[in-house]
Amino acid sequence: MDFAFLLIGNGILIGLMYSLIALGFVLVYKATDAINFAQGEFVMLAALISGSVIVGAGLPFWVAVIVALAAMIAFSFALERVVLRPLLGRPIVAVIMATIGLAAILRGLGPFIFGSGTRSITLPVGDEPIEFGPFILQPVQLVGALVSLLFLGAFSWFFLKSRMGVAMRAVADNQQVASAMGINVERYFALAWAMAGIVAALGGIVWGSMLGVDVQVALVGLKVFPVVILGGLDSIPGAVVGGLIVGIVENLAAGYLDPVVGGGTKDFAPYVLMILALMFRPYGMFGKRKIERV
Amino acid sequence: MTQASESSAIAAGAKVVLDIANVSKKFGGVTAVDGVSVRVPTGRILSVIGPNGAGKTSLLNMISGFYKPDTGYIHLNGRDITSKKPNQIAAMGIARTFQNIALFSGLTVLDNLMLGRHVRMKAGVFASALYWGWAQKEEIAHRERCEEIIEFLKLQDLRKQQTAALAYGLRKRVELGRALALEPEVLLLDEPMGGMNQEEKEEMARYILDVNQERGITVVLIEHDMGVVMDISDEVVVLDRGRRIGGGTPEEVQRDPQVIQAYLGVAKGGDAA
Repeated sequence: MDFAFLLIGNGILIGLMYSLIALGFVLVYKATDAINFAQGEFVMLAALISGSVIVGAGLPFWVAVIVALAAMIAFSFALERVVLRPLLGRPIVAVIMATIGLAAILRGLGPFIFGSGTRSITLPVGDEPIEFGPFILQPVQLVGALVSLLFLGAFSWFFLKSRMGVAMRAVADNQQVASAMGINVERYFALAWAMAGIVAALGGIVWGSMLGVDVQVALVGLKVFPVVILGGLDSIPGAVVGGLIVGIVENLAAGYLDPVVGGGTKDFAPYVLMILALMFRPYGMFGKRKIERV
Repeated sequence: MTQASESSAIAAGAKVVLDIANVSKKFGGVTAVDGVSVRVPTGRILSVIGPNGAGKTSLLNMISGFYKPDTGYIHLNGRDITSKKPNQIAAMGIARTFQNIALFSGLTVLDNLMLGRHVRMKAGVFASALYWGWAQKEEIAHRERCEEIIEFLKLQDLRKQQTAALAYGLRKRVELGRALALEPEVLLLDEPMGGMNQEEKEEMARYILDVNQERGITVVLIEHDMGVVMDISDEVVVLDRGRRIGGGTPEEVQRDPQVIQAYLGVAKGGDAA
């Protein structure tokens, strides 16, 4: 039983960290209807940046956080302006292909610019596991999960309560009508991408400190897809619940199935769930059900 | 062509708030609007009528900036708005409603109205995001304006309701309220009574008259119900197949042989959407 608690506790923390990355994806989809296949590469870029600030330039951790945030916001703004805005009104596949291309470019340019070695960045917390009831938690994961929760909460509040958040929901609901209300739709698109940049910066730091900083960090982006399909592409609570499910399922598979079959189920179990979700609940658990009349 | 040229209100010396001159719009090979001119007198109700496909909504879409006219220009109080964006035009004082109700469905009635206040809000990104200090004061002031509109439209009990759950007629009323929240100088209404029963139509007609008379807002109305149009309009413009075929006071329009001909065989019912 202790083993199960261990796996579940770990799964919850990892799951919340997936939720954080999925949040970037959801924010962009919610506001702009664009699907960002480069979310993992955003996270990788942020990790590489903070890695070179800390290890390369030898600056303190908090400087890396600020630099990563500023760089990712600037990067997302520029991306929206230069690449995505010209694609407005084009079929959605154009945006998808553009972000897939962007992902490849970032994976290629990352080592080119920041060097290809794996760097380790450490969060300013200890590495003694913390025992909490039946759970044994790694401090790095705990911090990652807490940061995720904090930002998931902050963005939920933003969408529910703040004036700009409500306006962004209006933009997401109907761009044309929002513009007739005097809302500058393009500005909100830029804001959504900037928020995705913020989330990627945080994700890059927490995942980078857990996995080590190199191009491989981008692979966590692949977990975003089962998370958002399970939770719903446009739902922040969905990102949380989807992340938790993927984190827990992945850990249980690693703990119970992998030893039996010889390994590998951890990596594909979430995708089995994703395919089942697509078959039975294609809009996710919390996603907006789009009714289309023929 | 008896271009029932200058309307009586303008001939009588009323100021023109919206001057639409010779606008055309083609979609592929189809000419939706063909050299139409309309001068909307300040503080009046002007209706645009015509059979389906006459170009009424296209004309409205050009006024609110969704379509750019291929020819001609549109002036608001003498300022050229022809190539402005929809959000800029809204900020300049033209609000609108839509033929198919276009409320933000996940939001409450109050939130929908508050969105109408968006253009009037001045507090910056960070202040408003954090809801501090005078951003908060501003928020309260805007809230009061919305409450006033809610009272005017008798929506008090529905403030916190999600709009998707409301009855059809109420949603139309909320949409009117949201447009009013912009405090527009000109209000464009695209079939505000489409799909309504007689009682709801009369109610909506009263609200439109109140908006016009008590608030001094100029109204440009597209409506199929001829009874309502002739009742509440100061002036009527008739379009057919993208062209203006007549215009004047309701009485003049009803007597115009060209208008009568265009309407022959065309159902007058308001439900013909």
